[in-house]
Amino acid sequence: MTRELQAPADPGIRIRTELRPAEPAAASAAIGIELRDVNLSYGDNHVLHDISMDVDEKRVTALIGPSGCGKSTLLRCLNRMNDLIESARTTGSVKIKGQDIYGPGTDVIAVRRRVGMVFQKSNPFPKSIFDNVVYGLRIGGVRDRTALEAAAEKSLSLAALWDEVKDRLQASALSLSGGQQQRLCIARAIAVEPEILLMDEPCSALDPIATLKIEELIYSLKERYTIVIVTHNLQQAARVSDKTAFFWLGRLVEYGVTSDMFTNPREKLTEDYITGRFG
Amino acid sequence: MTRTAVARDGSLFRLGLGVAALAVVALVLGIAFVLVDGSLLSLRAFGFSFWRTQVWDPVARRFGALPFIWGTLYSSFLALLLAAPVALGIAVFLSELSPRLLRQPLTFLTELLAAFPSIVYGLWGMFVLVPVVRKLEVATPGWMRHVPLFSGPPLGVGMLAAALVLAVMVVPFTAAVAREVLKAVPGAQREAAYALGATRWEAIRMALFYGRTGIIGAVMLGLGRALGETMAVTMVIGNNPQVSPSIFAPQYTMASVIANEFTEAADPLHLHALVEIGLVLFLLTIVINALSRLLLWRVGKKEEAPAVPAAAAPVAA
Repeated sequence: MTRELQAPADPGIRIRTELRPAEPAAASAAIGIELRDVNLSYGDNHVLHDISMDVDEKRVTALIGPSGCGKSTLLRCLNRMNDLIESARTTGSVKIKGQDIYGPGTDVIAVRRRVGMVFQKSNPFPKSIFDNVVYGLRIGGVRDRTALEAAAEKSLSLAALWDEVKDRLQASALSLSGGQQQRLCIARAIAVEPEILLMDEPCSALDPIATLKIEELIYSLKERYTIVIVTHNLQQAARVSDKTAFFWLGRLVEYGVTSDMFTNPREKLTEDYITGRFG
Repeated sequence: MTRTAVARDGSLFRLGLGVAALAVVALVLGIAFVLVDGSLLSLRAFGFSFWRTQVWDPVARRFGALPFIWGTLYSSFLALLLAAPVALGIAVFLSELSPRLLRQPLTFLTELLAAFPSIVYGLWGMFVLVPVVRKLEVATPGWMRHVPLFSGPPLGVGMLAAALVLAVMVVPFTAAVAREVLKAVPGAQREAAYALGATRWEAIRMALFYGRTGIIGAVMLGLGRALGETMAVTMVIGNNPQVSPSIFAPQYTMASVIANEFTEAADPLHLHALVEIGLVLFLLTIVINALSRLLLWRVGKKEEAPAVPAAAAPVAA
């Protein structure tokens, strides 16, 4: 299924134009996140309507849909980031390994350590590369220098950034390029060893080559993490995800295996969207 | 009116703005010239010893600026030490913690504090603060009074009262600017911290760190205000030219001595000595401005900090 084109400028870069073959194991994956009747409103504005879906563990799930359809809002429900917005009200349940993160007495900070997040625009702290990567560990109480160094190397390696920065860990994170900064943010998120990684349009501010690197990274990270990615780029959803969920006006319209959904959507609305008739 | 070729290429516009910009330079040079011209007698009579002489005796015609330089710097830095933590606390509360209902009125009140004329603070200092400070001084245990920092008779008026009044006057300025700086910190920075499991306090610390150049600028703005403040300080500092480490001792500042003695200076040398004090204050302000610029530049340079609007540079009143 996979046809690869040689890019003429740089023989090292391959541009994938077709879908990856469907994961044969997709059907048998365990449930990583279980959403039931999730509703969210900002004041009087009802943004999410009765979202119920099961996110597969150690797979990539893409959330797609036109702007304002609630996909980013849903993503931010998964680590309770919407708590920061005063007027947001959430009902329903989001279970991670059986634990409802909206249940009474939930430690939100512990939840956020289990569920890492990468944002639309890279947002490194104005500190050194090293200090950025170990920030989460430091605020978690890790003080031991060797432990921090080991964690930094491991996370940067997983984020495919180690070779580029190993000689200048004390340099400012802001001296990195945009794509490197985004990979640094991924390294920073995985340094605290979360189970789930949320990505909110992680490539929207990047050039095609940096985007390609991040996509490769996402592909390799799913061995370890359950990944949920919001994207505006349908080709990206097709390239990186195992399952895709299509949202429209705050409702989940269709959710299924990515290759099926892109070749043979069940809903007319989905078909119209992925063929570019609106959005 | 038709647009002429001159108006269209913008040269008139540029000329007009250029004149306005040059006027600033002319003004600074003009002030410097007047200050030097008005202090020639004193400059000739005392030279550089003016800077380090502790005597200020109009009768014996001996003048030295050291007590006033000391008083100005001491009161300003003491005020800054007292004001900075409070101002930062207010800024953090207003921008990060305050319930939305309280935010507007509190911001308004803080900014109102900055608008009171300084004579009002002076009166409040004289009638409210000085008696309180006197009680505090009387209550100071005997062994503490042997420490130079707390020595001297319990008068009430003095360095501590001056620093407290200055601190109250500086807080609204510093708080208002620091609040603006915190508001300019991108939400993505706080979110990044929260997403890594930061507590509210840790996220706020990150925001403060991100805006650190602006925060330093805010504090420096307060320092500028404290250095030049005249009226309120004159009313509570005790007006006694001496170099003393004691916060209880009555002392004197540059702005105060000029305000107090200018009208009575019949002796030309006395008058010129006062103008030279003005010159010293002028130079000191420039030096402190330059130093704070340097500090901001160094801090900004170190991490290639992203552009948070660095607060306006300090300007002595």
